[in-house]
Amino acid sequence: MMHLIQRFKLESILLPFCAILVCGLLWYSIAGKSIITEKIDDFGDKIKVTKRAGLSADLPTPVETWTASKLYIEQPFAKRGELDQGILRFTWMSLVLVVQGYFIALVIGTPIGFFLGLSKKFTIAFDPIIQVLRPVSPLAWLPLGMILFSGVKIVNGDGRTVFGASDAAALFTIAICAMWPTVMNTAVGVRAVPQDYLNVAKVLKLSKSKTLWKVLVPATLPYMFTGFRLSLGIAWLVIVAVEMLTGRPGIGGFLWQQYNANSYAHIILCILTIGVVGYVLDRLMSVVESRFKTA
Amino acid sequence: MLELDRLWKTYDTPKGPATIVKNFNLKLKEGEFATLIGHSGCGKSTVLMMVAGLSDLSQGNMILAGREASGPGPDRGIVFQSPCLLPWMTAFENVMLGANQVYYTASKAERRQMVEYYLTIVGLGDAMHKYPSELSQGMRQRVGIARAFVLQPKMLLLDEPFGMLDSLTRYELQEVLLELWRRNRITTLMVTHDVDEAIFLSDRVVMMTDGPEAEVGDILQIPFERPRNRKQIMEDPRYYELRERLITFLNDKSHIRPSRDPKFVPSPDMAAELATHAVNFPAAAA
Repeated sequence: MMHLIQRFKLESILLPFCAILVCGLLWYSIAGKSIITEKIDDFGDKIKVTKRAGLSADLPTPVETWTASKLYIEQPFAKRGELDQGILRFTWMSLVLVVQGYFIALVIGTPIGFFLGLSKKFTIAFDPIIQVLRPVSPLAWLPLGMILFSGVKIVNGDGRTVFGASDAAALFTIAICAMWPTVMNTAVGVRAVPQDYLNVAKVLKLSKSKTLWKVLVPATLPYMFTGFRLSLGIAWLVIVAVEMLTGRPGIGGFLWQQYNANSYAHIILCILTIGVVGYVLDRLMSVVESRFKTA
Repeated sequence: MLELDRLWKTYDTPKGPATIVKNFNLKLKEGEFATLIGHSGCGKSTVLMMVAGLSDLSQGNMILAGREASGPGPDRGIVFQSPCLLPWMTAFENVMLGANQVYYTASKAERRQMVEYYLTIVGLGDAMHKYPSELSQGMRQRVGIARAFVLQPKMLLLDEPFGMLDSLTRYELQEVLLELWRRNRITTLMVTHDVDEAIFLSDRVVMMTDGPEAEVGDILQIPFERPRNRKQIMEDPRYYELRERLITFLNDKSHIRPSRDPKFVPSPDMAAELATHAVNFPAAAA
């Protein structure tokens, strides 16, 4: 028994470690390497010439990526300038925006899901619209958001804009893209409420609001939370696109700006950070979700 | 107390309307315990659901305590086959949900007391704050019974309430039900396909013909005195006669439809029931 547990634990650490190692090696093998040659220039001085060679010459190696990113990771909350901040500081900015947009998505999406689940007519009426809007990319929504909210401008005491059209468009894009899993899952959940529970409500003549809060909502919660989890994933997916296009500071904005500045190592840093944060968010949500599953 | 007058249930199918229940007539006296018995799928549950108001009548009238009844309501307490407890509420809260609906004028303490009283009688005094998932199937059904009784309804409807339980638990719960019913003789209509359960619990057993187009095939009066004792009843020779008649009906006669068979001769109990209806049966008219 002990042996089995040990083997299982060892496997669950060793195997992922091996996979990471393999991927790292693959990365290393296609990354460009610096080849430094000495040569004598036209004036007779000795100079060093750095040339990059490899399958993908501009791709930094894992080691180069680490050296270039060290500062951002070791001082994750440092602020050296508007465009040069610690990686978690950027992440935090993105998260704040994501949470706001996500919140809007839930507040709008959940009731829509309930209407869809409860009313056949509502479903027949709105299903085509939803099915058409659902696959639209965030990149397509953003310009529309810009137009929709072009008049939005909230100015603080110093005359600086604290909330402008691009902020509104960003929230709009996150909300509308992240909404669909919540809408669909809530609708499915409401339709899946066992007829038995509804019969209980009918026999006891529960009022509409009591039926909603005492029967429908608790019965739908597990489905709703599955939707919430998927929605959060999408909201996090959308943020990068939104920040790239609007130039907002954040993890996605940083990524784009580092691409323009030719610091390719930082792009990899950003990708890994986005991935890790996304994973952590998903884990957190699934913990919450499983708590409601038992009900 | 309850009058079912020419109930019909038809469903629209792609092949035209399908009749599930045809011309169903029955009168229950105040405080009577009647049982519908028949083969699975014969439409006995459909009749019960119509009485409960959970299924619409296609035709016919239903008069409950002198009033036309339509739609479900807490004046008819139901115990479903699966207990149908809301899993996010404790046993206490499940019963309280009904109590809150019926006794909204009573104080909270009074309602609490009432719920605790019924849960204690069904034997859940120590487990009333547990969630359904922590209770056994039999205990859940006890909660279901308490939830129906706490409403103090005019009628009690039992839809194969013990069908999902093992036979030992079933016997226990039959006693629990009889105990509650002894304290408060609510007019009861039960659906079952268990012959012994029907005889032990009811005053009259209504046998239904096979579906579709199910109707009343025969009626049997159960003469045993109340309160009943299972052992005494089992030792009574009449018990085996009654049992024999029910089983003979279910095995050999349930396909005979009185309304279609000109040679149908109703049993004395059924003739007594027919006499109270203004329905023309071929045989009754002859």
